[in-house]
Amino acid sequence: MSETRIVRISDDALARALGADALAAAFANKGVEVHRTSSWGMQWLEPLVEIEGMGFGPATLDDVDAILAGTSSKAIGEIVEHPFIARQQRLTFSRAGQTRPTNLDDYEETGGWAGLRRARQIGSEAIIEEVLASGLRGRGGAGFPAGIKWKTVAGAAGPQKYIVCNADEGDSGTFADRMVMEGDPYALIEGMAIAGEAVGADQGYIYCRSEYPDSIRKLTEALKLCEGIIAPFRCEVRTGAGAYVCGEETSLLNSLEGKRGEVRAKPPLPALEGLFGKPTVVNNVLTLSAVPHILAEGGAAHYGALGMDRSKGTMPIQLAGNIKHGGLFETAFGITLRELIYDIGGGTESGRPVKAVQVGGPLGAYIHPDQFDIRFDYEEYTVADALIGHGGITVFDDTADMGQMARFAMEFCAAESCGKCTPCRIGSIRGVELIDRIRAGGRKADAVEVLPVMHNASKKGRLPEQDIGLLTDLCETMKFGSLCALGGFTPYPVMSALKNWPEDFMPESEKVLDRNDA
Amino acid sequence: MSTKEQRVAEIVAEHAGREGPMLPILHDIQHEFGCVDGEAERVIAGALNLSRADVHGVVSFYHDFHEKADPRPEVQICRAEACKARGVENLMAGAKQAAGERVKLSTVYCLGLCSAGPSARVGDTLHARLDAAALAKVIENA
Ligand SMILES: Cc1cc2nc3c(=O)[nH]c(=O)nc-3n(C[C@H](O)[C@H](O)[C@H](O)COP(=O)(O)O)c2cc1C
Ligand code: SF4
Ligand code: FES
Repeated sequence: MSETRIVRISDDALARALGADALAAAFANKGVEVHRTSSWGMQWLEPLVEIEGMGFGPATLDDVDAILAGTSSKAIGEIVEHPFIARQQRLTFSRAGQTRPTNLDDYEETGGWAGLRRARQIGSEAIIEEVLASGLRGRGGAGFPAGIKWKTVAGAAGPQKYIVCNADEGDSGTFADRMVMEGDPYALIEGMAIAGEAVGADQGYIYCRSEYPDSIRKLTEALKLCEGIIAPFRCEVRTGAGAYVCGEETSLLNSLEGKRGEVRAKPPLPALEGLFGKPTVVNNVLTLSAVPHILAEGGAAHYGALGMDRSKGTMPIQLAGNIKHGGLFETAFGITLRELIYDIGGGTESGRPVKAVQVGGPLGAYIHPDQFDIRFDYEEYTVADALIGHGGITVFDDTADMGQMARFAMEFCAAESCGKCTPCRIGSIRGVELIDRIRAGGRKADAVEVLPVMHNASKKGRLPEQDIGLLTDLCETMKFGSLCALGGFTPYPVMSALKNWPEDFMPESEKVLDRNDA
Repeated sequence: MSTKEQRVAEIVAEHAGREGPMLPILHDIQHEFGCVDGEAERVIAGALNLSRADVHGVVSFYHDFHEKADPRPEVQICRAEACKARGVENLMAGAKQAAGERVKLSTVYCLGLCSAGPSARVGDTLHARLDAAALAKVIENA
């Protein structure tokens, strides 16, 4: 065997969690050169070993010899030809699997910094024009047009302004931000520097959740290495502290300032009064990482030509949960859930029928297989009372208990509420209790209710049907009475579960309480 | 000043001059002492010109900061939706048994390994595709 062959193995957190480091060491011991690259995003095949374009995975230490000898049964053929990769339109993830994440030469050779160079030539107004023309919308959840936000900040009074990257990625079922930060950190940094150029900000912060130690390490290293390239723009990584709500932009700003991560009322918009009261761009990792491509020659038109209606460009979709082919799938908007789950994802990993999918993280609705023709598009999801959010899709098979999942949605809201408003802080706790009661078959009248002085209290306890009515009311109150989407959207998973799978809320064996008709 | 107070003051001083130094300070103190207790809060409050209540309010808001140190090794298990869809709840009874009194099990909502759960974290090391046996091993080695 030739000694000069290069073996490529990802050093992404997922590959490492599955033994990629030991595998890389084993290959190095055999005398071959090992490059640690980003991940292709075919996560069911991790750790994936690549030699001269051919893939082998999921590889274990026992496979090393056979892979080198070309006799391994783990061979998947040529990676770029693999249907999972061949079917994608990768822009944000154009380097995935192909470069060493913090290697500056690799970045430069694959078109890195071209967007920033051009941005510096064309100047603020033209940059914003191009971002507007591309149709790029925020990828963090709300889908707000990035160009309009930048324009507001550009027009605000200086001199001090900030670019803040929201890297809090708290949604279960999402990992695209993590893959960018660990696999292509310079793309994010370049996007931030371009944003800085556009709005007149020279300081950036990346607020990264503490659950991502690999991302923090890679970003810190990358920032040090490219300091001179992005100057006079400066950028720093800040570590979150385990609060989901700090993904909400105003909570994030409070947290960066060193305060409790409580949500701020808007207005004032962060664009005008953001970090330390200064005009601030807050954008998601994916939003900012899409920018270098858009700013490269012809990039805006290319980006804007993809997608459907008002959802332009590509979305890095994350296939997670009980799915056979889980991983990162970047494609133009418009693809249906059915294609994503069955054609691309291969159905459930367990081989059982799909029962439900949750799109958009813990605040997203549970979607029934009857609705799988819905197309990936911000507006189409809104109409269906669902959300795209950060593009995570979590698949459940028929063993899932949707009553339990609804309860968990409330439990999660209670655990993560910032506490500022009552419908969210208290409502979520009442929600957990209500779902427990419904599933227990209602309840008897309690000691206080049966007191003769409690004239208006029912003496009959409460039937599950009545508690379902109460839960519906509670969800309405949370939806319309909460300040931010944590309290405001938790009703979506709860009500969609209740609507689509009412049987999962039934008390086991329909046990009827002997109601005390006192 | 106790040696601890001195050390806390040093950490605070290391971050002096940064914008919004509070979270970086708290992380360093949590890392070094396993907690941010009242003594540390007092020193931070003094140095940053805040009330102790202000500092305590921040410390108590975030899941990452603890008021008391726990000497046991910690294993964080993800129990968010995607890991639930992959069966993490069925592993919990066994995990508790493996942990016993020796290991602290805590819940984390998502480690970003959602297509390959159940997943767990020990220090900065992540583990994915865990089944009952693999999780028990992670806990034993913690
Ligand atoms: C409870 C809650 C959590 C959020 N979490 C995140 C997050 O983890 N990452 C993110 O980019 N945006 C998150 N958002 C959305 C942000 O508030 C904000 O819309 C986003 O950072 C704006 O950037 P974009 O326009 O690039 O999407 C969250 C919002 C809410 C209400
Ligand atoms: S809805 Fe919940 S998280 Fe959002 S501001 Fe209100 S209390 Fe805070
Ligand atoms: S849901 Fe467990 S790692 Fe994301």
